[in-house]
Amino acid sequence: MPRFTVPLGIFLLLVVLLGVGLTLNPRLVPSPLVDKPLPAFELPTVLDPEQRLSHDELRGRVSLLNVWATWCVPCREEHPVLVGIARRGEAIIYGLNYKDDREEAVNWLETLGDPYVKSGFDPTGRAGIDLGVYGVPETFIIDANGTIVYKHIGPFDDKIWRETLLPLVKKAQENSS
Amino acid sequence: MIPELGHFALILALLTAATQSLIPLFGGLKRTANVSAAAVPAARAQFVFCLLAFACLTAAFVLQDFSVTYVATNSNSALPLHYRVSAVWGAHEGSLLLWALILSGWTVAVTFFSRNLPDVFRVRVIAVMGAISVGFYLFMLLTSNPFSRLLPSAVEGNDLNPLLQDFGLILHPPMLYMGYVGLVVPFSFAVAALIGGRLDPAWTRWTRPWTVVAWVFLTLGITLGSWWAYYELGWGGWWFWDPVENASFMPWLMATALIHSLAVSEQRGAFKAWTVLLAIFAFSLSLLGTFLVRSGVLVSVHAFATDPARGLFILMFLALVVGSALVLFALRAQAVSGGGRFDLFSRETLLLINNVLLVVAAASVLLGTLYPLILDAMGLGKISVGPPYFNSVFVPLVLVLLAVLGIGPLTRWKKDRSRRLATLLRWPLIASIVAGVVLTVASDAEGLAAVLAGLVFAAWVAATTALALVERVKLRTSPLAGLLRLPRGFTGMTVAHLGAAVMVVGITLTTALSTEKDLRLSPGDTYAIAGYEFRFSGVRQSPGPNYRAQRGHIEVTRSGKTIAQLFPEKRLYLNSSSPMTEAAIDPGFTRDLYAALGDELGDGAWAVRIYHKPFVRWIWLGGLLMALGGILAVTDRRYRIMVRNERGRSDRALASGAFAEG
Repeated sequence: MPRFTVPLGIFLLLVVLLGVGLTLNPRLVPSPLVDKPLPAFELPTVLDPEQRLSHDELRGRVSLLNVWATWCVPCREEHPVLVGIARRGEAIIYGLNYKDDREEAVNWLETLGDPYVKSGFDPTGRAGIDLGVYGVPETFIIDANGTIVYKHIGPFDDKIWRETLLPLVKKAQENSS
Repeated sequence: MIPELGHFALILALLTAATQSLIPLFGGLKRTANVSAAAVPAARAQFVFCLLAFACLTAAFVLQDFSVTYVATNSNSALPLHYRVSAVWGAHEGSLLLWALILSGWTVAVTFFSRNLPDVFRVRVIAVMGAISVGFYLFMLLTSNPFSRLLPSAVEGNDLNPLLQDFGLILHPPMLYMGYVGLVVPFSFAVAALIGGRLDPAWTRWTRPWTVVAWVFLTLGITLGSWWAYYELGWGGWWFWDPVENASFMPWLMATALIHSLAVSEQRGAFKAWTVLLAIFAFSLSLLGTFLVRSGVLVSVHAFATDPARGLFILMFLALVVGSALVLFALRAQAVSGGGRFDLFSRETLLLINNVLLVVAAASVLLGTLYPLILDAMGLGKISVGPPYFNSVFVPLVLVLLAVLGIGPLTRWKKDRSRRLATLLRWPLIASIVAGVVLTVASDAEGLAAVLAGLVFAAWVAATTALALVERVKLRTSPLAGLLRLPRGFTGMTVAHLGAAVMVVGITLTTALSTEKDLRLSPGDTYAIAGYEFRFSGVRQSPGPNYRAQRGHIEVTRSGKTIAQLFPEKRLYLNSSSPMTEAAIDPGFTRDLYAALGDELGDGAWAVRIYHKPFVRWIWLGGLLMALGGILAVTDRRYRIMVRNERGRSDRALASGAFAEG
């Protein structure tokens, strides 16, 4: 009889494993960069090639870093949300224009509104690689010390902003003040 | 009103299913067969109530009742009628209802086609199936009720996931579920046999056709799913080793092993305990697949709504169903094991190797699917196991399997002589190596070793299968009479094995010879791959019922002759604002031409992906041939003739096993 109980034993182990698995959340894929300082970059800005945007500039106050591109359809959906946040002054937003065409990008900001303090221009995607960008849009929350607090993958809408991202921004602001 | 009616029907279905599973227990205790027999009408009533519930949900979709949460989240007034019907199983709650409906359908089929089973045994099988139905109804009513109202009602629905707004998805889930759920029949037969503590040859004869039918549906479902992923996801891939795909593939591997092991049990009376175990495993993996897909423990491209409470319920259900079956197995397997003896060199041994390989293959898929979860559970971080793992583990196993597949049908039962077989196999071996080498050279591919291996093994399977056919026909006086007189079971096996060869050719050549290019094309640009000239003439707006599309136009020519006009689309679904890629495909027997529209790059230029995929159709053709083989086998003469004389004998035998023990 013992050898016929082997399948049962294996199955019980599997059930324990699956039970533990239930308590975990696989959708929270932590970016390896969360809780790490923002990687160094220095880029010309979209609107003025003479001006630069560097990681240093994002220190000192809590800010969002939004990765966007004109070729990205979801970015077009997300853009009004960003404009709204900037207009209401809920957060300071920096942009990272990813693998894009400067003329297109300027045109986008002029027609759809510019919620960004500055947008870095990254046509080769070099800075994007350091940031671990694997889909556009992505949004990072960066605290006053220049540490990445949170990374949101994909577009967000007003609801996600109010319920998830804004509270995190507020918390980061409290922590740094 | 209609949703309430559906809800009520669902509750009645739960109660009848409970009756169906409990009555035989009561009848068994009292030893009154006529009480137990009430399980049969209960099972039929359960089906009627479940069908009614399903019809109510369908009506809610067709009539656009957005006061039902499930309808409001998965439909939209602009959604075309046929998608409103298929939206019934487009998400979690409705697909569970489809699961339950199919389960009760299989139960009803068992009540009708099992009249020649001993009553005691038949009622036990129906009771086991009823218990599983109870689990699913409870799951629906407690955690995922498709009839929940939305108050206040929504003005407009959220729309069906655009990925699922496709013809393939009307058919794919019902097929797959027919297969998944169909495995409940061999499972219930196995559990009923374990309860009775007896497993006679009649058991395998009853189990085998049911297993084959479920396997045919599973094969068709997986093949359809692969074809759907190919044209709908727009990546040109046909298999992704995604957890959801694996969830259907593992039961398929197990069911394939079960079919072969049943052949041994039926013909030779060997491997009985093993066969019972496989029957338990096959359905357990179906349930496990459901758990993995529904509970959200794994992330998959097929994003279904997930919820830990649901996960916990399915896990407990899984533990109860599979756990009790395995406890029963541990207690009773001794009694049913044993049987025919065979030599080391015999068809039994080869089928045992086949079984071990298939089970190992299923276990390796299971390991790869669960590995990220194992590491996560032990706090070792989050990783994902991708195609590299599966390919490196799976391909060698399949190659050994193909080698054995060729020899098996030519080997004799019980005892064979290696010299006889060596003489027999000489010519297929030479032929397959020559054919493999010639075809590899002709294919002019990179990665020679892989192509060579794939083609040699495919040719080996084809050659040995043909030889087995010749050997069989040779016994008759004239070849034609021999061919016509072949039992369907044998023809089915031959067709299914040839299907495996065809699929291997397709997989090998598509993997090795495909060309894919990511291009930036402006209107008027041309690009040539594999002798085909792709000419891009721009993108136009093209409105759809519930989406806006940008429709590209690509003309394909070969040496000046027009081969195809391709219209790949990029759609933006208005309600969910999700963008979708609709690839354009020109299918062909020896090659597919495939174009997908990427993003607009400005100045009328677009990112365009074009593919040339040789022999990709052969993959699905192979799947269809396997399914056809199964259909032929199940219509074999011996299943059409009722085995009346079994009845009396088995009845007495089974009745002697005490019923109350179960």
